[in-house]
Amino acid sequence: MLQVSHVVAGYGAIDCLHGVSLEVHPGEIVALLGANGAGKTTTLMAISGLLPCRAGRITFDGMDLPDESPESLVRRGLSHVPEGRRILGRLTVEENLRLGAYTRADAVQVHQDLQRAYALFPILASRRRQLAGTLSGGEQQMLAIARGLMSRPKLLLLDEPSLGLAPKMIQLMFETIQRLNREGLTILLVEQNAYQALHVAHRGYVLETGRVVLEDTAAHLTTNPRITAAYLGS
Amino acid sequence: MTGTQLFLQQLANGLTLGAIYALIALGYTMIYGVIQLINFAHGEVFMVGSYLALTLMLALTALVPWPVALLGALLGAMLGCSVLGWGIERWAYRPIRQAPRLNALITAIGLSFVLQNAIMLLYGPTDRQFPNPVPLVRWEIGGVTVTLMQVLVWGVAAALMCGLQWLVMGTKLGMAMRATAQDLKICRLLGIPVHRLIGVTFALGSALAAVGGTLFGMTYGTINFHDGYVVGLKAFTAAVLGGIGNIPGAMVGGVLLGLLEGFGAGYLSSQWKNVFAFVVLVLLLLGKPTGLLGERVADRA
Ligand SMILES: Nc1ncnc2c1ncn2[C@@H]1O[C@H](COP(=O)(O)OP(=O)(O)O)[C@@H](O)[C@H]1O
Ligand SMILES: [Mg+2]
Repeated sequence: MLQVSHVVAGYGAIDCLHGVSLEVHPGEIVALLGANGAGKTTTLMAISGLLPCRAGRITFDGMDLPDESPESLVRRGLSHVPEGRRILGRLTVEENLRLGAYTRADAVQVHQDLQRAYALFPILASRRRQLAGTLSGGEQQMLAIARGLMSRPKLLLLDEPSLGLAPKMIQLMFETIQRLNREGLTILLVEQNAYQALHVAHRGYVLETGRVVLEDTAAHLTTNPRITAAYLGS
Repeated sequence: MTGTQLFLQQLANGLTLGAIYALIALGYTMIYGVIQLINFAHGEVFMVGSYLALTLMLALTALVPWPVALLGALLGAMLGCSVLGWGIERWAYRPIRQAPRLNALITAIGLSFVLQNAIMLLYGPTDRQFPNPVPLVRWEIGGVTVTLMQVLVWGVAAALMCGLQWLVMGTKLGMAMRATAQDLKICRLLGIPVHRLIGVTFALGSALAAVGGTLFGMTYGTINFHDGYVVGLKAFTAAVLGGIGNIPGAMVGGVLLGLLEGFGAGYLSSQWKNVFAFVVLVLLLLGKPTGLLGERVADRA
């Protein structure tokens, strides 16, 4: 579904990714792991077109991504829920959700999807008219994910959904990720919380200073001594 | 004229001027709200709008009844300035979107020269009489004179501001504009065509400036290719006064500035009327740069 081949990208004069390659197949949850500053966020930004690729190739569902604008990627089924949630604090919860469906014209379907989002996260329904900036951190993360689903994506890019959340909320996030995947959504999941991420993922990649240093099934990665030493704290 | 009458008369005059400032101030504030750019060429868009309306009015008044001529001039000037504003964004500002702020300022100065000189070449450097087909109807209300022209200015300005408020608060386009104003990057990720949205914002603001230009010409009777500079700076002051980026603020700021100028001219000296606005601007920038209804700057970060 998604192929990233030898991608080089960066900021200003500096390259942060030095030829990253990875693949996501339909129906999978793929975890992208690595320490802070390894280039996980940069990889997602290159995929969703926020950052130009300086070399390499990315294809999604048969199209070459570097030729597409971020808008058309959303229309084609790619949704990126960025690091730090980035909810629109001065708009209401419902307006945030509706903006997630901006590319879609069918009002009836959008309404149905709103109801689905509220069913997925009932707390959002009770706060629908509230300014999104008044939500708690966990609620904001729910809103960010729900908003990302409003475009009816085939592939969801999730950047550190558990960051800064209370343990109970982290649990709920990972359960939600699994549930969405069981309903057919393909997910590329960036996490520092490697143990939990590998618990829900099928496969994983480990990034170190802009290079993929390991790739394997989640089960193998969980028992790989390099991983356990570096990320699982055992 | 009693003291109260003088006061009410200045109030009426100030409101008329204020309505025009408010229409122009909205353009500054809408554009700033969405991309944090002060379009210093906006005053020239207002000026071009007044000349477009002049041409249309001259052509139409001989052919059709005055309300139709007025409507035609207004709509024509709005359309022309929308295209101009859209073009300015597309061809002048968009290519330097990532560049330092100073580049945009230099671009705006260059654009202003081009627009001023183009109009000067086309229409000449001297004042032009602005035809006003509106019948000279006046009402005496308690010793205060209100003209049909003034009522028209208030009515058109109020209708457009209500329309804008509805657009921004009640439509999908307006929702996307508010979202882009808050976080342009996330809007791109949500699939909102932000470039198109920015173009639409320039077009809308320019259309309102065109209405300001038309009403300005009709109210004062003459226009000049220099008018964009002074009027533009005053409307900018109005936008800052209300809190730049804040749409209701621009309306309030415009009306307040018009009132200040009206009362200043009536009670102090009409020769000093241009000074009042700039004193306000300097005091504001020194004391409260976020304006009366200014946003908390912190949550923009
Ligand atoms: N906006 C930026 N400008 C310059 N350098 C950046 C920027 N964002 C990230 N970097 C650098 O790029 C590298 C990779 O960062 P990032 O992709 O955010 O890592 P991760 O998400 O894995 O923590 C880091 O060295 C970081 O300092
Ligand atoms: Mg990151």
